[in-house]
Amino acid sequence: MAEGLRIREMITPEGVDLRIQIGDAGERLAAFLIDFCIFAVSLFVLQLIFVFSVVGSHDRDGKQAIATVFVLILFLVRNIYFIAFELTPRAATPGKRMLGLRVAARDGGRLTADAIFARNFLRELELFLPLGLVVASGFSKGAAEAWMNVAALVWSGIFLFFPLFNRDRLRAGDLVAGTWVVKTPKRRLLADLAESGVGLTSAYRFTQAQVDAYGVHELHVLEDVLRTRDRSTMAAVASRIRIKIQWALVPGETDPDFLAAYYAALRGRLEQRLLFGKRKKDKFDVG
Amino acid sequence: MSLASEELHLKSSRFRAEREDDWKRLERLLARVERGSLRSLSADEIVSLTVLYRATLSSLSVARATSLDRAVVEYLESLSTRAYFFVYGARTGFLSRLARFFAVDWPLAVQGLWRESLVALLITILGAVAAYQLVSHDPDWYYAFIPRDLASGRDPAASLAALRRSLYGTPDFNSVLSTVAAELFNHNARIAIFAFALGFAFGVPTVMLLLYNGCMLGAFLALYFTHGLGFEVVGWLFIHGVTELSAIILAGAAGLKIGWTLAFPGARSRADAAGAAGREAALVMCGAVIMLFFAGILESFARTLITNDWARYAVASLTAAIWGAYFYWPRRRMADG
Repeated sequence: MAEGLRIREMITPEGVDLRIQIGDAGERLAAFLIDFCIFAVSLFVLQLIFVFSVVGSHDRDGKQAIATVFVLILFLVRNIYFIAFELTPRAATPGKRMLGLRVAARDGGRLTADAIFARNFLRELELFLPLGLVVASGFSKGAAEAWMNVAALVWSGIFLFFPLFNRDRLRAGDLVAGTWVVKTPKRRLLADLAESGVGLTSAYRFTQAQVDAYGVHELHVLEDVLRTRDRSTMAAVASRIRIKIQWALVPGETDPDFLAAYYAALRGRLEQRLLFGKRKKDKFDVG
Repeated sequence: MSLASEELHLKSSRFRAEREDDWKRLERLLARVERGSLRSLSADEIVSLTVLYRATLSSLSVARATSLDRAVVEYLESLSTRAYFFVYGARTGFLSRLARFFAVDWPLAVQGLWRESLVALLITILGAVAAYQLVSHDPDWYYAFIPRDLASGRDPAASLAALRRSLYGTPDFNSVLSTVAAELFNHNARIAIFAFALGFAFGVPTVMLLLYNGCMLGAFLALYFTHGLGFEVVGWLFIHGVTELSAIILAGAAGLKIGWTLAFPGARSRADAAGAAGREAALVMCGAVIMLFFAGILESFARTLITNDWARYAVASLTAAIWGAYFYWPRRRMADG
């Protein structure tokens, strides 16, 4: 159950646990890279203008001014990009949306603008500023500053791998802002399998002992089998159940009908016991 | 529905059939919201969305307790989560939040760090005074404080004319990229960032960096003062230096705050205390980065354009007055939005 490891309790202010699934490190990285590409590509024209105007300009002060303005714009664009998208109702940048991720408050309360600002400005300190230092000083020839580059690389390296060393995959910015990044799977409401099964109960009649043979776990396995509707799997499962409950074949019996009827009967019995406070976990649970 | 047919259906199936319409309505409203058209919802629809959200949450609780239809439980979990994110999503707009940062949060955070700022200032002054004394007595000390590649000819061996020229001429840059480096990631910007970042090591590296920065300042001033260019160098340095040194001191103060809290967390757990201090310090640090931008702009435009000493002094005092009033002008704490 790799999925179960990523389920976290998140209690809403109404007191209901939403059992949220956190985004894993790979998805987070992929989302970031997509975002990075998006704003790198969208700034491509600006970068061309920058390069040409700098090459064309012979005035040193002019170059300096253009360079300053360009770095300023870069800083503004990447921060506004992240913050403005995370402040929308979907609380996710395009990269996160593509991977079905979003930002949420860790305590289950309201996601505040403060938290979004904090988690994004910390990215600036975690990643862009130290790497910017390295890139910038790569062009100045100071041996004395080499140790600062090393320190900058170690610094951003620590933060880059930070999410791998805590179980909620928090970035330092998430830690400070009290947020986390979670999955938002969209599910459709699937058909109720019991509805097709109950119609068959007049043809397939199960005894008390026969519906007590299995528990919730087997019910859910059976649900999967019925939804997949793979002929050979259904045949195999049906024959195992028939043996287990010592079933005598009825005239005109088919595997899908038998399984649907047994599913409805089993679920009815287990839900009835649930109302009396007894949840039969699986077939070994006889208490 | 006859009694017989009611018995035919499972209780959980009937539960689902009764509420399914509400769930579908909520799903349709959410789909519209998630497409980003919050304004397309009428006031009634927004109210009904929150009502449907609570109803769905209660359905989820009931379904978890009584239904073994996994499709329903998983669907309701996903639907409730989506609705929860809308109901408890961020409400403040980008610009209004940004305005509040500049109007309230940043100055208040700076005020909150006044003790650390004072300590950082005193450390810087201590370094400057010590280095000034050393260099003015023995110029060889200059090399101990300022690395040769950073001095770029501005050292005790330089002639008076060369030193004077360095204050008024445009600096000689090799390429545009090194210009960018000089503007934004220059030596002082690095010191500011590291003074903050290294605060996590109980503030010790922060103190050392601030002291070293003070030493460089002192040594630099001493060089020009001993050549009789004291008045001129102060104007040259402080036209952007007021902003830049303030940023370094505030960044150092933020680092000291984190270091101090890590060493002495008080009644709270170390992680909690560090988290709270980190939030406050990060606020100050964001501001310090903005100040460094201003300093960069002042350095690149104002200093090369304004070569009159008195005008440089005027700009320096003006920036000092603006920052001072902006940060320390008494103001009331606004309610959280």
